[in-house]
Amino acid sequence: MSDSDNPGSVYLETLARVGYVSRKVAEPSLYRDLGFRCGLEVHQQLKTARKLFCRCPAGRYQDGESYDAQLVRHMRPTLSELGEYDGTALMEFKTRKNIIYRILGETACTYDIDDTPPFPMNREALNIAIEIALLLGTQVVGELHITRKQYLDGSIPTGFQRTAIVGIHGSIPLKTKPVRILQLSIEEDSCREVSDIGHERIYSTDRLGMPLVETVTYPDLLTPDEAREAAHYIRFLARSTGKVNVGIGAGREDVNVSIDGGTRVEIKGVQHIRWIPDLTHNEAFRQKALLAIRETLRSRFTETEIQDWSAQAHASRPKDHAHLLPVGVEPEAAMALNLPGFSGLLAHFTNPGRCFADELSDRLKVVACIEKPNLAHSEEASTQLPWDSIRKTLGASDRDAQILLWGPSADMETAIDTVIERCQLAFAGVPNETRKALADGTTLFERVLPGPDRMYPDTDSAPIPIDEQDIETIRAGLPEPVEAMCQALADWDIPEDCHAFILKRNLLPTLRSLIVNGWDPAYAGALLGHTLRSVCGDRPGDLTWLVALADDVRKRGLDRDILPVLIARGYNSTSPTLDALLREVGYSAITGEALRKQIPGLAEQFSPRKRQRSPYAMRNWIMGQLRKHALGNLRLSSLSNWIDEMERA
Amino acid sequence: MSDERTKGYRGESLETLEAFSFGVWDDVILTTTRGEFRGIILPRSEFDDSRHLVLKLSTGYNVGIDVRTITAVAIKGSKEAHYKIPEKEFPVSPDKPYVKLLGTGGTIASRLDYRTGAVIPAFSPGELYGAVPELADICNLSTEKLFGVFSENMGPHEYKTLARAIGQEIENGIDGIVVGHGTDTMHHTASALAFMVQNSPVPIVMVGSQRSSDRPSSDAALNLIHATTTAATSDIAEVMVCMFGPTSDEYGLLHRGTRVRKMHSSYRSTFRTIGDTPLATVTREGVVPLRSDYNPRRTDREVAILPTFEDRVTLLYYYPNMHPDIIDAIVDVGYKGIVIAGTGLGHVNKPVYPAIERATAAGVAIYMTVQTLWGYVHMFVYDTGRDLMAKGIIPTENMLPEVAYIKLGWALGQTDDLEKVKSLMLTPICGEITEREPHDGYLVFQGGMPEIEDFMKRVHK
Repeated sequence: MSDSDNPGSVYLETLARVGYVSRKVAEPSLYRDLGFRCGLEVHQQLKTARKLFCRCPAGRYQDGESYDAQLVRHMRPTLSELGEYDGTALMEFKTRKNIIYRILGETACTYDIDDTPPFPMNREALNIAIEIALLLGTQVVGELHITRKQYLDGSIPTGFQRTAIVGIHGSIPLKTKPVRILQLSIEEDSCREVSDIGHERIYSTDRLGMPLVETVTYPDLLTPDEAREAAHYIRFLARSTGKVNVGIGAGREDVNVSIDGGTRVEIKGVQHIRWIPDLTHNEAFRQKALLAIRETLRSRFTETEIQDWSAQAHASRPKDHAHLLPVGVEPEAAMALNLPGFSGLLAHFTNPGRCFADELSDRLKVVACIEKPNLAHSEEASTQLPWDSIRKTLGASDRDAQILLWGPSADMETAIDTVIERCQLAFAGVPNETRKALADGTTLFERVLPGPDRMYPDTDSAPIPIDEQDIETIRAGLPEPVEAMCQALADWDIPEDCHAFILKRNLLPTLRSLIVNGWDPAYAGALLGHTLRSVCGDRPGDLTWLVALADDVRKRGLDRDILPVLIARGYNSTSPTLDALLREVGYSAITGEALRKQIPGLAEQFSPRKRQRSPYAMRNWIMGQLRKHALGNLRLSSLSNWIDEMERA
Repeated sequence: MSDERTKGYRGESLETLEAFSFGVWDDVILTTTRGEFRGIILPRSEFDDSRHLVLKLSTGYNVGIDVRTITAVAIKGSKEAHYKIPEKEFPVSPDKPYVKLLGTGGTIASRLDYRTGAVIPAFSPGELYGAVPELADICNLSTEKLFGVFSENMGPHEYKTLARAIGQEIENGIDGIVVGHGTDTMHHTASALAFMVQNSPVPIVMVGSQRSSDRPSSDAALNLIHATTTAATSDIAEVMVCMFGPTSDEYGLLHRGTRVRKMHSSYRSTFRTIGDTPLATVTREGVVPLRSDYNPRRTDREVAILPTFEDRVTLLYYYPNMHPDIIDAIVDVGYKGIVIAGTGLGHVNKPVYPAIERATAAGVAIYMTVQTLWGYVHMFVYDTGRDLMAKGIIPTENMLPEVAYIKLGWALGQTDDLEKVKSLMLTPICGEITEREPHDGYLVFQGGMPEIEDFMKRVHK
């Protein structure tokens, strides 16, 4: 229900008034003026053989349709340790979701479905977490206390995540300044959502229970680019241990954003670090827009009227104009609602292509479980509804706005409460929320931001002491710091665009071995950062075989130009040895001179019809004929030069 | 320093509290060799070591600090937590049935106990209403806490107290009774009540939870909803156990108190009717009987309360290579009854025969049950069985071992006359012995079988 297709005048006016500019043209001063602050929660799965609290194998995934059994749970809010119900908890209880878990025998056991208490924490995982805690410069705790963090969305069948603080108060050096680390925790991963429709949400339990670490920074990041840089740094740091998972979903970020006068909003499930700048930029402007809405509302009401506002908002069934409802909507399942004083605000800009009414629609989906589209409003540019008549029925005045919402009759009461509650929050400004990241840089309401009230000691687990000796043993084997690795890459003149891949895949040791074996640093860097990246992308897998392969190529006296071809084969091969790969690519030894002799003959065969318009057509054709034979025997650039010489001659 | 200020701390950690003059609930900055840590000092579980302090950080996480690393302590304030389940007046509506919840302990509703890190029960109608508001739609609930013991500490004294309390409630006109109970020995108590409270005109429903109510996925609330629904509306006026049917939050099963057993150490669906089918299913919508041979609800108040128990009775789980001296020892210390859980159809090895002879000669009542749980004792099939019967062992048909133990204690509590005891033991009172075993009374599915896997995929576990 977005206005992006046909932006109305209200949307465009308010977009201008809020001062929205795209990130590409935004100057750093813009963020300073907004009071932009951002903090990160970077999640990284650890590479262990088994899950964190049970003996299931870690890292085996099933597709959403392959499962052996299903079970259903409902989540009820419980009291926190300090004796209060958590706000999110109560909201989610309202939604009354049937949570369905799909279990595959080989990836989940009775622990995963909360029918068996936890086994002692996987020590392999804990040691990796301590290693990362030390790299982050945090103070490692004396004793690990496993805590339950409530999640009522059902993403964990127990209703809570087992998590524990490993270290607090660290620091990472960005290019321009240090950024403080609040804490590092070790925790079990949650389920993967398969679908969420109406009152039924389905999860797959394969990822559940995988060990991961969460690195939390203070809100020290003052521009979107700093946020991205910090996320990369933390990612590289974890990867430098060589003991963490790579690939889709192995690393995920939650990003907290606030501006002056705004509120901390958590954007969850950021799948790619490259999404962070746009997401944070847009969130800053969403908050600015909500503050503008607040100012408008406050100018229209006195304090007393604001207190009394919800009593003035009233709903009625639009029975008289049933024939005008959107197709397929039953009049029994629709309600018209008058929102006093909201004129000009429903179409108010909040994010590119989105307006305040979307905030209402998002909440209807999440809280009242009503699928979208679930409402229409009186300020839509392309409305077909008889708003004049609806206004009359509702007894609305000019300064009011109206919405028509629809869904299952049983959900209507919650739906109306939800809309009224969200509108009331508009008087206060920016609600505390968790929002879901979308690829286009905007976000959707996910739930009310939980507070510390949802933390509970885990009564099923004993504390685990972390002794000096444990720490010292791990400290002795730490990899070098990320900034030292960055410096090394710069010193070797490795092309800039290779750095991220090399650090992300922990390939610095591989690069160093190549250089020690005599390879030119810049060439070796490009071999990893360009060639290997183009072959394997984000797919996980061991890449260290490359060192032996390159070494064998050099020892055998083969030309290095064959390496990219061998690497492409090697990546998909179970035994990437030189001889096997050479056989696969059909290599046979031939001297350069023998190749050179073939050039004149080929030139004669080259049909002028093929000459086309390129002056290099003949050279390219001959190269194409000889390339396969030349690879490994002759530098391709030499071959190319010979052809050019012959042509000139 | 007062106990309140040092809850759970001892040894080195207690010395540290005293040395730096701080205590539980203080908001402190601890300077340690690993850095500064700020938070609130929490009580410590008595079972944890004496080397660490527990600190709650402002993020809500708890961490432990090794007291040997502490170099300085600065007290910044104090914040004591008061855990309280929000208590709301339980609404009374005269048109709804009246249900009494008798509490024995367990985790049907609970809150945290900092001292042990364990959960402690919450119980008043107001507390329960605060946690499970649906209860008010079902009945008018009143509660009485009879004792606060873990299930494993329930015994004859508690059985008798409970039976008398139930008798009193019935006499007072209650419409149904719920007994909150820890799950470990719920089936022992259920059978004790089945023998001690006979001819009840109203449902007596035992309920507990397999996951404590301090967790969002707890089965406690739904079990309580099911149990009160049963007590308020069910036509089945028997002692029943009401717990999850599947592990899913879908329906509860009502098991006859004398045929039920806890079958898994941690599953939600742990209670199973053995050798028969359950009495009924129960959901929020009500009770649906699965069979019709139950005692129906009545309006009279003619209940028989028989609160007796001889506690010099034991349950002996037979194993190969059992030596006779174990039985001699039981007799020597004065036991009056032994229930043996024998192998197969009800057997023990030959070396113990003389001990059995000595025991019966000493006037000890010996009864045979089967450790296979399912099936009848059949002592005529092999000579071994006949030998044993000749030596005085009495087979108990298909009575479950735990039920036979409870029943023998109950019977010996009434009389020393072993013939009368035998008559009590072998006359079924409420399903503890059934005349026949239905074909679907024994269903233990095996995973891996294609047809079972197919079935599992189609129903919710």
